[in-house]
Amino acid sequence: MPVLLMSTLTLDSVSVRFGGLQALADVSFSVQQGQIVGLIGPNGAGKTTVFNVITGVYRTSGGQVNYDGASILGRRPHQVLAAGIARTFQNIRLFQNMTALENVMVARHCRTKSGVLGAVLRSPGQRKEEAGIREAAQEALEFMGLGKYAAEVASSLPYGHQRRLEIARALASSPRTILLDEPAAGMNPAESKDLMGYIQRILERGVNVLMVEHDMKVVMGVCQHIVVLDHGVLIAQGAPEEVQKDPCVIEAYLGQPADN
Amino acid sequence: MTLEYKKIFQKWALGLAWFYLLLWPLMGITPDGLSFAPSLKVWATVAAGTAFFLFIWILKQQGRLDFFSRPAISLGRSVGKAVGALPNKLLAVAAIAALCLPPLFAGRYVLDVSINVMIYVCLGLGLNIVVGLCGLLDLGYIAFYGVGAYTYALLSINYAVPFWLCLPVAAGMAAIAGCIIGYPTLRMRGDYLAIVTLGFGEIVRLILNNWMELTNGPNGILGINAPGVWWPNWADGFTLEHIWLKKLPYLYYVILGLALFTILAVHRLNYSRIGRAWEAIREDETAAELMGVNTFRLKLLAYAMGAVFGGLAGAFFAARMRFVSPNSFLFIESAMVLSMVVLGGMASIPGIILGTLALIALPEFFRDFEQYRMLAFGGAMTIMMLFRPKGLWPAKRLGQRSEESQ
Repeated sequence: MPVLLMSTLTLDSVSVRFGGLQALADVSFSVQQGQIVGLIGPNGAGKTTVFNVITGVYRTSGGQVNYDGASILGRRPHQVLAAGIARTFQNIRLFQNMTALENVMVARHCRTKSGVLGAVLRSPGQRKEEAGIREAAQEALEFMGLGKYAAEVASSLPYGHQRRLEIARALASSPRTILLDEPAAGMNPAESKDLMGYIQRILERGVNVLMVEHDMKVVMGVCQHIVVLDHGVLIAQGAPEEVQKDPCVIEAYLGQPADN
Repeated sequence: MTLEYKKIFQKWALGLAWFYLLLWPLMGITPDGLSFAPSLKVWATVAAGTAFFLFIWILKQQGRLDFFSRPAISLGRSVGKAVGALPNKLLAVAAIAALCLPPLFAGRYVLDVSINVMIYVCLGLGLNIVVGLCGLLDLGYIAFYGVGAYTYALLSINYAVPFWLCLPVAAGMAAIAGCIIGYPTLRMRGDYLAIVTLGFGEIVRLILNNWMELTNGPNGILGINAPGVWWPNWADGFTLEHIWLKKLPYLYYVILGLALFTILAVHRLNYSRIGRAWEAIREDETAAELMGVNTFRLKLLAYAMGAVFGGLAGAFFAARMRFVSPNSFLFIESAMVLSMVVLGGMASIPGIILGTLALIALPEFFRDFEQYRMLAFGGAMTIMMLFRPKGLWPAKRLGQRSEESQ
């Protein structure tokens, strides 16, 4: 057996059923330290389901999800975030009526602890914590190139900025792994190129990335490892070049050759 | 241009016709038969009033009032700027000082209304935590007011516990009641939650009404102590004299203190990590949970904190009336408080104060047509929601929000 790398996030034969629908069947893969992993597959393949399982939104019907050696199955979503896994959403889910800065500040909730009394009395500890929240939030905004939009209401930001704001919000929770759900959806080529740069820099921050993406340019451009799902089944995984040549993958995306 | 005005006039005429259709059945159908004169009189007054405003508005549109409005607006702006330049603390001190003055010269009636307004400010701000910040519709909020009032009433009657000691107890009991209603309803949203809270409000009222041994049922509880204080007396040497704050001016200061505390506490909660988490829940509960907010605990906390301010107001209410009965805690009260929050502007503290003033003080001015108060009230609400759906004074939302210091 080769020496296992210290893997941060491992899915071990995870299955999810919704009534008669097998949304995921025996899916196993892992996100290693320092990796950008792409999760691809046709529509309805179960990619977002994987995210929902990891973040505790869905219950599994079998299998294990481990993070840093400990099972995170059965934890509530906010506990998963506290454990260090943050995510973004396929359909942007910002806090629409709050400013960009406030959106990001919310994500610091799990890293802070002052309570009602601290807030009402404005205790020194609470003030210090509040200043820390602001600083971290501002830093996350600057990192995603949104520093000057801090005071804008989230819903008034252009679409591409909203996508980046979601990433900034996820980053503000100081995660060690970030799950990006179609970060390039709806972006033009120039914007998705920018996004690839951001994803690289996120990795340089020491945050591992697992992303669902349909834009193959983005996926092939940044991912070191690709996992392919089809109808809830993992059909291939490996380096981008291998996966691209895999006949199963080609079949899943393009259908069977006519002469077969 | 003229076509545009024609349209406006058409709408105005249509609106007036509609208004008369609504008004006549209310005023014209009496046991003595049908009559037109009184309803026409009211209608003519309203028509004349609206015509006057329409006329002014058209003049303004045509720019004929510029000679007056331009300087007025610029004056208003420069005054606003000058006020804005003053430090917030100074403004707050000035406002508090101004609020301390009325008992020195105002009459009984004005004080009475002001006390009422401040009680409702506490209630409105408390409900604001649940509805405005956390986005949970609560139609039974007045139950917490009742719990606070009865807590003080019972402690005062049975054990003669002083008011000041009872305040935290009443707040605590209300918070417990808040958790009791909050806990089973945490998984509900929207309409379902509204129905359950409505039921809870009624349950509390019915308990107060029917638990004869404890609450004396519909007869209520009489002889509750007013708040008391120990006051230094220098007449013959130094002694502390205990006086009851029964008079309205004293009560005014007590509720002023409570209201200021509520404003400060709600303001600070709003701009803390807890307030932000509440707002995140209001905006998108699922996303909030996924962004690390323990939605279960924070929603429960919202109920408890909202109830605390309701309980404080309730204890004061009992001490001020020196009598409580279940009739003070009807559903209509919950609806009133909710209207104040929605009318004033959800999640906006100045908005809610304004909303309270509008709903408590304005009807006092219209005492003359007592019977039609609710009609005017409904009309005003409809118009408000059509033209200012975010409230009289919508919540400010700037990046500098959390820098605002107080």
